[in-house]
Amino acid sequence: MTDAITPAAIPASAAPPRRDIGIKRRYAAERRFRAYGIAAISFGLLFLFLLLWSVVSKGYTAFQQTTITIPVEFSEQIIDPDNERQTDPRKLMTANYPNVARNALAKVLGVSTDDRAALREVNGLISDSIRTQLRDMVIANPAIIGTTQTVSLLAHGNVDSIFKGQVDLTVGEQNRRISDRQVGWMNELSASGALAKQFNAGIFVNGASSRPEAAGVGVALIGSFYMMLIVLVLALPIGVAASIYLEEFAPKNRFTDLIEVNINNLAAVPSIVYGLLGLAVFINFMGLPRSASLVGGLVLTLMTLPTIIIATRAALKAVPPSIRAAALGLGASKMQTIFHHVLPLAMPGILTGTIIGLAHALGETAPLLLIGMVAFVANYPTTPLDPSTALPVQIYMWANEAERAFVERTSGAIIILLLFLLVMNVGAILLRRRFERRW
Amino acid sequence: MNMMSEAAVEKALEQKMSDVSHKMIGKDVSVYYGEKRALFDVNLNVRENTVTALIGPSGCGKSTFLRCLNRMNDTIENCRVTGKITLDTDDIYDKEIDVVELRARVGMVFQKPNPFPKSIYENIAYGPRIHGLARNKADMDQVVEASLQRAGLWSEVKDRLHESGTGLSGGQQQRLCIARAVAVSPEVILMDEPCSALDPIATAKVEELIHELRANYTIVIVTHSMQQAARVSQRTAMFHLGQLVEENDTDKMFTNPDDQRTQDYIMGRFG
Amino acid sequence: MNTSILLLILALIGIASYLAGTRRAVALAGGRSSDMHSRPGYYGSYVLIWALLPAALVLALWLAISPLLVNSAVRSEFPEEVRAQPQASQSLAYGMVSTIARGLQVLTPEEREQVTAGTADVRPLLASRGVAIAGDPEPYMMEAAQTLNGLSATSRFGMIATVLAVAIGGLLLAYRRIAPRFRARNQVEKVILGALVVASSIAILTTVGIVFSMLSEAIQFFTMVPASEFFFGTVWDPRFAAAGAADSAGQFGLIPLLAGTLYIGAVAMAVAVPVGLFSAIYMAEYASPRFRSVAKPLLEVLAGIPTIVYGFFALTTVGPFLRDISAQINELATGNYQNFIQAQSVITAGFVMGIMLIPYVSSLSDDIITAVPRALRDGSLGLGATKSETIKRVVLPAALPGIVGAILMTASRAIGETMIVVLAAGVAARMQFDPFEPMTTVTVKIVSQLTGDLEFTSPQTLVAFALGITLFTITLCLNIYALYIVRKYREQYE
Repeated sequence: MTDAITPAAIPASAAPPRRDIGIKRRYAAERRFRAYGIAAISFGLLFLFLLLWSVVSKGYTAFQQTTITIPVEFSEQIIDPDNERQTDPRKLMTANYPNVARNALAKVLGVSTDDRAALREVNGLISDSIRTQLRDMVIANPAIIGTTQTVSLLAHGNVDSIFKGQVDLTVGEQNRRISDRQVGWMNELSASGALAKQFNAGIFVNGASSRPEAAGVGVALIGSFYMMLIVLVLALPIGVAASIYLEEFAPKNRFTDLIEVNINNLAAVPSIVYGLLGLAVFINFMGLPRSASLVGGLVLTLMTLPTIIIATRAALKAVPPSIRAAALGLGASKMQTIFHHVLPLAMPGILTGTIIGLAHALGETAPLLLIGMVAFVANYPTTPLDPSTALPVQIYMWANEAERAFVERTSGAIIILLLFLLVMNVGAILLRRRFERRW
Repeated sequence: MNMMSEAAVEKALEQKMSDVSHKMIGKDVSVYYGEKRALFDVNLNVRENTVTALIGPSGCGKSTFLRCLNRMNDTIENCRVTGKITLDTDDIYDKEIDVVELRARVGMVFQKPNPFPKSIYENIAYGPRIHGLARNKADMDQVVEASLQRAGLWSEVKDRLHESGTGLSGGQQQRLCIARAVAVSPEVILMDEPCSALDPIATAKVEELIHELRANYTIVIVTHSMQQAARVSQRTAMFHLGQLVEENDTDKMFTNPDDQRTQDYIMGRFG
Repeated sequence: MNTSILLLILALIGIASYLAGTRRAVALAGGRSSDMHSRPGYYGSYVLIWALLPAALVLALWLAISPLLVNSAVRSEFPEEVRAQPQASQSLAYGMVSTIARGLQVLTPEEREQVTAGTADVRPLLASRGVAIAGDPEPYMMEAAQTLNGLSATSRFGMIATVLAVAIGGLLLAYRRIAPRFRARNQVEKVILGALVVASSIAILTTVGIVFSMLSEAIQFFTMVPASEFFFGTVWDPRFAAAGAADSAGQFGLIPLLAGTLYIGAVAMAVAVPVGLFSAIYMAEYASPRFRSVAKPLLEVLAGIPTIVYGFFALTTVGPFLRDISAQINELATGNYQNFIQAQSVITAGFVMGIMLIPYVSSLSDDIITAVPRALRDGSLGLGATKSETIKRVVLPAALPGIVGAILMTASRAIGETMIVVLAAGVAARMQFDPFEPMTTVTVKIVSQLTGDLEFTSPQTLVAFALGITLFTITLCLNIYALYIVRKYREQYE
């Protein structure tokens, strides 16, 4: 054949002229490209930092609460003027405890009990929740009626906000919730040490409340705990059983292919769809109660199953076939081989996957909204069938509250949630490090 | 399919042989992978317009040495090279020398054919394009055709230049990779066991191609097969346990080697 | 005797059967356990399975079916005029009957007699016991309630008797089959295998459950609102007030919700894809192992943070920031301190969602980029290409199908994301192109239609299921396609 191109078209190698191959320009492009990568990672990390910082800076104050510690006279005149408490125990329940507190504070501040306007402002310093606080004290020990006790009264949310420096006091008096006179009183109380910040145990134990200073995640924690328990008890065994079948027994046919595709898809179905499923099947069809953590747990179980199955299958796959061959060779049945040898070896991987699945379930909100866990629940649920909320749902409800003090509560609750997630994830990492096996 | 007459090749070779010039000079080259030393003070010169074969048992360091010649070892984590290697007069491990420029001058063909998942045309055009060697489309077409001609692949693929390079047979893929290397107009071409993944017929074609390329390029080839070394090379270097055992004219090496170990290896006593 | 006591008895029977089976096996072997086919525990388990499994199945069936039978029996006793009423009000009547029946059980026998004598005082009486009845019961309801209680009691008695009989029968049957050459282990393992199969079909059941539950509610919705109005309607105005009244059907147009979903999703992807992709490239190709081991998990923390936290971040930090900064820009430009970005807006929700999605894009793409064979990189580097040229011209084109798959999977997350948009996107269903204005999404409307009091007969509630199945279908298609692409891509390099 003939060729149009002669070899001379390509220069011989003997002494090639130095070619300009644009090194400078190309290295500039190289540096630019690298910089894009670093910029992208920095962008992501910056926002991770911003997110955490915004939550922590807004929320760390929620773990302290302002209280007013003053001598309170449990005046019989106010609590039980007609001395009926022997005959009618309800009397102590309904007594006018806010007045007890108000009078005590007025006395400390030197406000006359006749000055109604001033009294109203005094009342504005203390939380409404002291009604239950004092009531519980009296009911626990009716003998304190008529005596004077030093009590730490929960301060009003507005006082709390100002005391923590979250409110701009340079704003005109008419534009804020606390008057100049009240601020003066606060300074007075603060100087005497009566007004002080204390550790806020209430945020961990209290139930829902419309008063930010008395609201806590107690009910939500219990609800979340029940749900995690249900997820663990149901999803772990079912997930492991399903994985064992699919990984060790299932023949390769269309049915198992279908299950395979199904599981992968279920892992990617939007969580809110599980909420719809729960609403239609568990509540509407089976008639389980709304707002119950049982239903929430079932929904989260279905949601977590694919994650656990995928992790378990990976863990089973990682156990080398030689182990199976060894056990089978000794005359163990296939079932014995799996349960005695393969499963224990795969356990760390399975548990790691389960913990990560649980952590996801713990932070999940959307499906729980649909099954009615958005509820104002002030009392602890005693069984999983009682109305309850969950930690992330409580965050959602508080996030929707308009009051400034709830922003602090919300951030505080988020910190609690993130701490739980941190503990779970660190646990998973440690578990993996501790038991990881390289074959 | 050859474009040069046999006589022309011989003439060119004669001319080159008369004044032996060293294209690349390796002096005290050692390579470490982390703590492990893979190459011990190798001194090896590569003659211009010659095919130099590197032989030796597996793991002897022949591929490692080859990869030093265009600094492909840079891409491996923890790999450290000491000693000095020059290309013409440039120390290739000098800070002033740019690795991209070096590789444009010292091309490489790998053990397994690795065409890019692009069309045949794009595979060839890749090198010239990144280095800006073609001014326009016509130029590029010419470079592609010339390179495929050189690799003896033109007649086989000219009607399907825009089909995927991965659709070719193994031998064709390897010749495509050689054409790809040639397209950059390198001065030296390194070949790392280029025929180990090919069948005998494809191997024969590639060997023929190497023979022809010698006229214009300096070639260093690592091979596992001594017959191949004997067929394609003029100089042979024998490696053993990370050391250069012997370097000699191929004819001498296979008939009357200086070193006992070379003798044993060639006789098939080990390796 | 209620169900939990029955369960307790069954548990005791179970323990007894296990012990009995094991003992008999030991006794038969007479000290030479090698005579027996299986170890004694398997014989015990075999008897246990026979004692409990059939009984449990009977129990479950009975619990599921008997309320339906009782229901229809009681309803057939309803007077003609009641049975002529539409299904919904019949259900209402039945609900009242069952409440009364429940109430009757908490009354003392004397009170019950008083109540059955005349219906007048039943409502306050039951209310004082914590059983509230929706309206004044009609006379037939008292009768029906008593029938209901009677039937329920009979059914419960029958159930207990049958279940216990089945349990003991199974126990005896299995016990008698124990013999030295009886292959108890194989039998037990068969049952375990069955349980494994059942567990793995739960995945299928979940999908079937999702599809059927949503379909049945959605179909009910489409009997009230034509499908064409739903799918092609451009106005979303469900009108909560006076549900059921003839003129308040409301308009259920999907288009504005879909537009909002896609718009916000697009903004999110515009943030997540470049950032995630460049992060992945850097991690896979440039980063030192040490940098990678720190930065990669940190970036993945973004995926572990619950979406509600992102929603709160958008609501309290990003939204107000964008609003204020826009007001300042406006002041600089026009001297008028007026924000042009709303605190709740497409850009706020999209941006924050984009941050959430970064790790999804980056870790999926990272895997895919690392899967590109080294030989291709070497081939390019060996020709003198720089690293970035190799990445741009060889690695990324080779990884493209996989990356497209990863992006599609991420897109399906963006479409299904709920909490961020609930808090940060707004609730106004409208069609517009200004990214600084609020828009709403399918998921937001599902939440808002289903929180509060539910009535499973009104289109306002049922539309949520129509929205849900739309969402499910879209994400399902995206996922299946993405999985298909990724799987094909993986096979190519394996």
